[in-house]
Amino acid sequence: MTADIVAQPFAELGLTRAEYQKIVDTLGRRPTGAELALYSVMWSEHCSYKSSKIYLRQLAPAEPASAALLAGIGHNAGVVDIGQGYAVTFKIESHNHPSYVEPHQGAATGVGGIVRDILAMGARPAAVMDALRFGPAAAPDTARVLPGVVSGISFYGNCLGLPNIGGELDFDPCYAGNPLVNALCVGVMRHGDLQVAAAGGPGNKVILFGSATGPDGVGGASVLASAAFGRAGEAVKRPSVQVGDPFLEKLLVECCLELFADGLVVGIQDLGAAGVACATTELAAAGTGGMRVELDRVPLRDPSLGPPEILMSESQERMMAVVEPGRVDEFLAVCAKWEIRAAVIGEVTDTGRLVMTWHGETVVDIPPGSAADGPVYHRPSARPAAQDAISADDPAALPRPSDGPGLRADLLALVGSPGLADKSWVTDQYDRYVRGDTVLAMPEDSGLVRVDEATGLGIALATDGNGRYGRLDPYLGTQLVLSEAYRNVAVTGARPLAVTNCLNFGSPEDPEVMWQFAGAVRGLADGCAALGIPVTGGNVSFYNQTGAVAIHPTPVIGVLGVHDDVRRRLSIGFGVPGASLVLLGRTEPEFGGSAWAHVRHGHLGGRPPAPDLLAERRLASLLAAAAAAGLLSAAHDLSDGGLAVALAESCLRGGTGCRVRLPGDPFTALFSESAARAVVAVRPGLEAAFAELRGAHGVPGQAIGRVAGDDLVVDGCFAIPLAELAAVHTAALPELFG
Amino acid sequence: MRVGVITFPGSLDDRDAARAVRLAGAEPVTLWHGDRDLRGVAAVILPGGFSYGDYLRCGAIARFAPVMSELIPAARAGLPVLGICNGFQILCEAQLLPGALTRNSGLRFVTRDVRLRMENARTPWTRAYAGGEEIVVPLKSGAGCYAADPRTLAGLEASGQVVIRYADSDPNGSAGGIAGVCNAEGNVVGLMPHPEHAVDPLTGPSADGLRFFTSIVAAVLR
Repeated sequence: MTADIVAQPFAELGLTRAEYQKIVDTLGRRPTGAELALYSVMWSEHCSYKSSKIYLRQLAPAEPASAALLAGIGHNAGVVDIGQGYAVTFKIESHNHPSYVEPHQGAATGVGGIVRDILAMGARPAAVMDALRFGPAAAPDTARVLPGVVSGISFYGNCLGLPNIGGELDFDPCYAGNPLVNALCVGVMRHGDLQVAAAGGPGNKVILFGSATGPDGVGGASVLASAAFGRAGEAVKRPSVQVGDPFLEKLLVECCLELFADGLVVGIQDLGAAGVACATTELAAAGTGGMRVELDRVPLRDPSLGPPEILMSESQERMMAVVEPGRVDEFLAVCAKWEIRAAVIGEVTDTGRLVMTWHGETVVDIPPGSAADGPVYHRPSARPAAQDAISADDPAALPRPSDGPGLRADLLALVGSPGLADKSWVTDQYDRYVRGDTVLAMPEDSGLVRVDEATGLGIALATDGNGRYGRLDPYLGTQLVLSEAYRNVAVTGARPLAVTNCLNFGSPEDPEVMWQFAGAVRGLADGCAALGIPVTGGNVSFYNQTGAVAIHPTPVIGVLGVHDDVRRRLSIGFGVPGASLVLLGRTEPEFGGSAWAHVRHGHLGGRPPAPDLLAERRLASLLAAAAAAGLLSAAHDLSDGGLAVALAESCLRGGTGCRVRLPGDPFTALFSESAARAVVAVRPGLEAAFAELRGAHGVPGQAIGRVAGDDLVVDGCFAIPLAELAAVHTAALPELFG
Repeated sequence: MRVGVITFPGSLDDRDAARAVRLAGAEPVTLWHGDRDLRGVAAVILPGGFSYGDYLRCGAIARFAPVMSELIPAARAGLPVLGICNGFQILCEAQLLPGALTRNSGLRFVTRDVRLRMENARTPWTRAYAGGEEIVVPLKSGAGCYAADPRTLAGLEASGQVVIRYADSDPNGSAGGIAGVCNAEGNVVGLMPHPEHAVDPLTGPSADGLRFFTSIVAAVLR
């Protein structure tokens, strides 16, 4: 026995000795090389969620009963009913590690992977978004990583023909060496179109279609995405990044949709991390329980590949379908029409075993559930030693501007800082128009896509994350970003409906990281319950750390909303002169984790703003009602940089100035980041109607001024010509990235 | 009236072109790249996208598609043809239009609402515009830099074959700020910006692009 353990390279494949022993015990023998490869990728952190599973269970039971949820956690992506016979599926996923190693292909294949997840549910992919976080904007490595990531997203998404409707861009030293590249896709289907990822019906054929299998990405899930970057390891990891072909993916999308429409698919699974190993074990485990696969029938790009490499390869643009034997010819004919390579590689059995052969020799014979379920770890967790000191480091002690010129300088510093500056340098590289249904895209608070041309039904989507809030308090920080995404959807006039999440953290083997993770998941579960919207799915990305230094806990939350009539959507842009501005919500002096403290003082300490989920619900229902009644000409969420940044963005977006009087202390009014707030422009003459509606919804509000002129004017403090504001706002990213 | 929209492998804006045709009051007809059949349509649009993944060169493979063996002689015989973005690239590769589209001078993909000046409002695709009129439609391309040798450029300018031009700054380095050209007869027009994405202010920067499609309806019906 000991000799066997020494002989098999489990550690190189990322398995612990105990995990290796568990495989031996499950099989009652030493695993074959192919089996070892299969278990190593399936039991990787990336595929098995072995460290997060016990926490993520909170998200499912905590789901508020929602009639809208058609498929929840555990599927490729959750599915939500949006009415009129339509359903929507959406999910966000990380591609952090590959994007650091090879930014262009890493980010490109991140888009490709999430699109196949949505496709596998039976939906037509309708739009994508990207939440991006990098190290300091001026750091030399950021100049390598950021342009590559953006060009990769541009290359893949544009060629695939999906509008990129929004996302995020932020910078913080904690992401140097660990950039976050989180890609979201949303798809639309009719209710009856839902597909299942299960291999049912013994005798049904298993078909692998799409790209041929090559050596790219072998071990990506186990070695790359499930281990922290060391100092010397990069050269070894470089070949692990996959290479994307968006043209092939476009054909694969059209091919799959035609296969679905023709009723040719019994079950389907996309191939992502862990490739054939994952697709076969998950399909078999979720279906009748058995499958026989002839691995030598897998079309290869490199004929030298053997069973372990074929199982582990993460070659892109592949899908696996289960098809009734009598319909295989029809299936293959649709693939031929779209010039998609397809091969029958096996069939469903009722043996309870996943058996794979290689030129007649059995190389895998396992119970599929043992690989699909994976181990479960109760990792130790401990409150970070530095947490108390961080909480005690109150930003109230920071020097503040005391006069008009000081406030003006701080406002300009914020709108010109890389994280808050105009993002056209990035978003101009993305196609936001393709498919002709994009109603709102960046720099709006949410993307908004029309679903039905006749009725105006649409979906709004926003993603938000904030590592600074997460570092100050993972529980509250997660609720704050959930609140912000929820509010971003609401300001368009849409009703928030469902949540997806991408939880980006350091190493789960660090108890302090696990403490952060546990707090974040609990915050999300409690927050969703309070908001009355379910979590429909998500993704965990651990090991975002270099050496012993982890990133800030950075849950990125996506919220989906339904808009009953996109013609009544609200933009952030003040465009109607004479509209009166109303600040909604309550403003407290809350500066912990704020953009002001970060940009002006490089400070991170104190307590984050207090979330108020009940107030968020009231605000959202007021905004939906006001939009439907046509009372508003604009609405903008208040978050990073507070009212100051919101006013600047709304003036620039609409091309009109404004004149406001600030209630109370001007510094607090301008830069506090209190939650549950928005600024709205009320159409001239409808002020009383809006005030009545606001009262009925129990939302506090103050009239602060009007849309007017060509300057952003704060009475008694300062005036900034829009041209000056625009120059500062638009200069930052081109100066950094060319 | 029926207007064909060709779908090549990798065409992306075919749906949008069909919508624009419908909004203009005509019936869009899907033409499949693999069929040697124009299905009796009165005009044809080659939509935007990445036909064949832009492999080799943008449009270089699509020009050999079976449907092109019908389209090329029909266009030479006077059939109105509009190429948008990748469609423009294909028409240049097929030598139905002069010049070539090369990589943007900034080497990055550019999506931007651009102001354009209508230079030739006499083609069947532009008659609903006024000569010299300025319109705003989206540009979205990675290889939109129009290039031709100096003699060709001079000839295009002299003969009025420059149909449309970037009115403000040149977003991609195109020679003479050229955004679109036509053949000598005027029935074949190609442009890089996307009029089909400017047919409704709800989903585009304006409705300025719609008149490309109402122009052809009026021209054919006349």
